Amino acid sequence: MDLLTKFIDTYPVFLKGMLLTFQLTIVAVFIAIFIGLFFAFLKISRIKILEWIADIYIFLVRGTPLVVQIFIFYFGLTALDISQFWSVILGLAFHNGAYIAEIFRGSIQSIDKGQMEAGRSLGMTAGLAMRRIILPQAFRRAMPPLGNQFIIALKDSSLASFIGMYELFNVATTYGSNEYDYMSYLLIVAVYYLVLVLIFSILVNMIEKRMASSD
Amino acid sequence: MSESYMIKVEKLNKSFGDLHVLKDIDITVKESDVVCLIGASGSGKSTLLRCLNFLELKDSGNIIFEGEKVEKETHDLNKVREKVGMVFQHFYLFPHMTVLENVMEAPLHVKKRPKDQVKKDAQELLNKVGLSDKENVYPSKLSGGQKQRVAIARALAMKPDIMLFDEPTSALDPELVGEVLSTMKELALEGMTMVVVTHEMGFAREVADWAVYMHDGRIVEVGHPEDLFNNPKEQRTKNFLDSVL
Repeated sequence: MDLLTKFIDTYPVFLKGMLLTFQLTIVAVFIAIFIGLFFAFLKISRIKILEWIADIYIFLVRGTPLVVQIFIFYFGLTALDISQFWSVILGLAFHNGAYIAEIFRGSIQSIDKGQMEAGRSLGMTAGLAMRRIILPQAFRRAMPPLGNQFIIALKDSSLASFIGMYELFNVATTYGSNEYDYMSYLLIVAVYYLVLVLIFSILVNMIEKRMASSD
Repeated sequence: MSESYMIKVEKLNKSFGDLHVLKDIDITVKESDVVCLIGASGSGKSTLLRCLNFLELKDSGNIIFEGEKVEKETHDLNKVREKVGMVFQHFYLFPHMTVLENVMEAPLHVKKRPKDQVKKDAQELLNKVGLSDKENVYPSKLSGGQKQRVAIARALAMKPDIMLFDEPTSALDPELVGEVLSTMKELALEGMTMVVVTHEMGFAREVADWAVYMHDGRIVEVGHPEDLFNNPKEQRTKNFLDSVL
């Protein structure tokens, strides 16, 4: 049987897996953006204890494998009884939040200090100037690395298969083992991932273009 | 107010670490005065200007603004800054907003005035600085001179009582200096109180009511620009003027 037939025979199941992969990624990244923004603010707060809290968080996330973090939410924190779906999302969000925090910190600090001063000189509070003047510019600068991070998160969501979620990768390995043909289904799933990444890239590009209207 | 001064500085001192930048500065700016601060770079004139706007906080001394001694402990400095307009050497327009949005930003979000009024005022100000046709353009499309005129309109939009200019033409190509200076001159003629850090001796001579020469964190000499430039009393002033004129 050739690859194409297999592809056509299995696409309804793969599409379901793709939808789950997509959901996991979108929700996780959405939460991760807020986590990232929060820890970015801690890092630039110039209050030592808050900076330390952010440093410890980033150290923990960067220093341990994502799969361990997902397992901690699912198998470790049994008392909290977190579902598979939310364990993956929390693991991914917790993980990506650290990287996104560094992306935001860098982009906020890259904005000329004169922008904040110009805002302050017009009577703005530091908070208002941050919200109206600094953050819109920082977000724009953060878009390319954020886009990268989204794509990493999308591929990392394949780790959900380790706790039994029937997302793309799990669909592929299940077919592979049932039909004793891993290679075909791994190639097929690679195509699904490529398509997803392509869609993501196009979306990020569109957002970047829209934000760049002022150049 | 016993006199009609706008801002009065008494024994102002400011240090950055070990560097003593302002030493016992005394200066009084009356309403409608146009004052030019001149001096070599590093003489403290920009820092003095930034202290008047509380972008830098003094170490000691008094800053009395419109009859009130302003202290960060007792005053909301944001409220004070609303009345003190500032124009920077490098413009610092908000790049993610159009020209019109730049001018509308503070009245809209700081003063929270109604949008249609703010827009009308902003359009009038842009007309005044000769940039009505650039309303919907982003700052990246403007020349330096146009940027600085927008920055002036943006500061004026808050209806300040005093305007501070920190080397407003130093970052401009020579051919663009004139348009900014003439905008400032117009403002001076309308009676705006202005403190201008500048190297434009021609502007100082023509527009300023008096000029202040600063050296090494101190005010060395104060006088009418004509007197100060033609007959400086201090040798240091003379040396400086010889090097720039």
